[in-house]
Amino acid sequence: MKEFQYVIQDPVGIHARPAGLLVRKAAEYKCQVTITSDGKSADAKKLLKLMSLGVKQGMEITCTLDGEDEDAAYEGMQQFFKENL
Amino acid sequence: MNKYNGKSVLKGIAVGRIFLYQKQAYQVVKTEITDIDAEICRYKQAVETAKEQLTALYDAALVNVGEDHAMIFDIHRMMLEDDDYLEAIEDVVKEGLNAEYAVETAQDQFAELFASMDDEYMKARATDIKDVSQRVIRILMGIPEDGIPTDEPVILVADDLTPSETVKMDKNKILAFVTVRGSSNSHTAILARSMNLPALVNTGMEPSEEWNGKVGVVDGFNGEFLIEPDQELLDEMIRRKNQWVADLEALEQLKGKDNVTSDGRKVHIYANIGKVSDADAALSADAGGIGLFRSEFLYLGRDTFPTEEEQYISYKTVLEKMDGRKVIIRTLDIGADKKVDYFNLEPEENPALGYRAIRICLDRPEIFITQLRAIYRASAYGQAAIMFPMIVSVEEVRRVKEIVEQVKGELEVEGYPMGDVELGIMVETPAAAVIAGELAKEVDFFSIGTNDLTQYTLAVDRQNQKLESTCNTHHPAVLKLIEMTVQSAHNAGIWAGICGELAADTDLTETFLDMGVDELSVSPSAVLKVRKAVRDI
Repeated sequence: MKEFQYVIQDPVGIHARPAGLLVRKAAEYKCQVTITSDGKSADAKKLLKLMSLGVKQGMEITCTLDGEDEDAAYEGMQQFFKENL
Repeated sequence: MNKYNGKSVLKGIAVGRIFLYQKQAYQVVKTEITDIDAEICRYKQAVETAKEQLTALYDAALVNVGEDHAMIFDIHRMMLEDDDYLEAIEDVVKEGLNAEYAVETAQDQFAELFASMDDEYMKARATDIKDVSQRVIRILMGIPEDGIPTDEPVILVADDLTPSETVKMDKNKILAFVTVRGSSNSHTAILARSMNLPALVNTGMEPSEEWNGKVGVVDGFNGEFLIEPDQELLDEMIRRKNQWVADLEALEQLKGKDNVTSDGRKVHIYANIGKVSDADAALSADAGGIGLFRSEFLYLGRDTFPTEEEQYISYKTVLEKMDGRKVIIRTLDIGADKKVDYFNLEPEENPALGYRAIRICLDRPEIFITQLRAIYRASAYGQAAIMFPMIVSVEEVRRVKEIVEQVKGELEVEGYPMGDVELGIMVETPAAAVIAGELAKEVDFFSIGTNDLTQYTLAVDRQNQKLESTCNTHHPAVLKLIEMTVQSAHNAGIWAGICGELAADTDLTETFLDMGVDELSVSPSAVLKVRKAVRDI
């Protein structure tokens, strides 16, 4: 299992559009991708749950990767957050 | 039988079933089902169909508005792939309940989740959940997207209709309109006239769900809406409806005939249109051209500016349909009274006198230039003319012409073929009418917009229902301004037409001909009526 922290820079947070992109990115990997913020967790492959976390600008999220391709996912998801959120 | 009175906007009669138009035009009923597997299959198919629709919408939006705005349809589609959402639906179906109810339950559950968040942006996402769920429910119930559930045309009853709703309405499914609010200048009224359908507005009634599917009669001659009339009255109304249709058919006989008086005076009768498909109505009414092509349809009911390409295709299509007949395109006539958020117009106390039409175009030339480029590119495919709305000064016309020259120069360099395009102005402010002599030296034609000219001359808000009696369109001041404008045009050797509602007022047809008006532009449904009035002189 691997994890990383990231502080959201996007002024609106994980809103619909980046959430959609995030779900699609997470779906590229076989491993479990979980986003945790403010004590709540969501499967990053599930759009509605993810949006319902209500992650806003300035909040720190923890992204947890667990599964066979977690190394690739670790790189890929970190890259994704930097570029999109 | 119930009877309501309203203001009639078209003298005609319709008999048919009533349909209550609502934003959410269905009622989900909770029913118990026995074959759970079949019901799950049914909901899954509906979800698949919804995803196909959303993919098509996404593809269309990608071309028209770009990826940023198309994304919403992609997100809707992803919502329909969300396991939690699908499980929520299945859980309800597994309890032995129908798919429609299950989708609505899941919708409420997730909408509630978002609505309860303390973030305004996320709260608004409840709308997306509802939108996508309602799409699935409509598919399950077999309701097409415009909300009219049958193939049989209906009498549409609504509170009032917004411009974007009227833009989307399928004309073949409507027999008549009856609205609770609205004036004879409301969008419902304008739509009804352009469709040649009886309509009553401002009825003040309280529509009831129970009216759905009942037989109704719209009597546009007496301004009455009847619900479930007795057989005797119904027969009488059907007889009168048939008479009305027969009279219309008599007008049909005038197709192909000249607009000429018995003493040999001729006038052009053109049609006013508000979107591309209206050109068919203009042609079938035997209009000599398009005297007013309102371009607002390109801007309303959307979130981004229409691209040059989109506009070009619309103009080109109309020019080709009209096959060499003149098509006068009026440039953007929008102000704070229209709901176009992406223009970022500030709310105004008095939008009719505000930042609108040519004032926006001259202040934000990028919007104007896109439209002009599209028109000039399309001008290679027919006889295009352009007119500019809300002109009050010679200076404005000169600035407009400078921009036009710039656009033409650029297109020439880019190698686009262009036709000869007449440039004219709308004379719809008292200022323009008074200085018509000066303005006439600058342009090729005048088109008198009597709706605004009346409003501005009489200081009467034409949307205000209480002032309809004060809004005397035959007021001598208005007629005097029209006469002055026509004379000024002729003195300068240019032509003048009328494109407001007054052009179709057959009580004035002879007056206008005596003034020397060269062209009358009316809704397609009034073309033959005005032709008859001309031929009767």
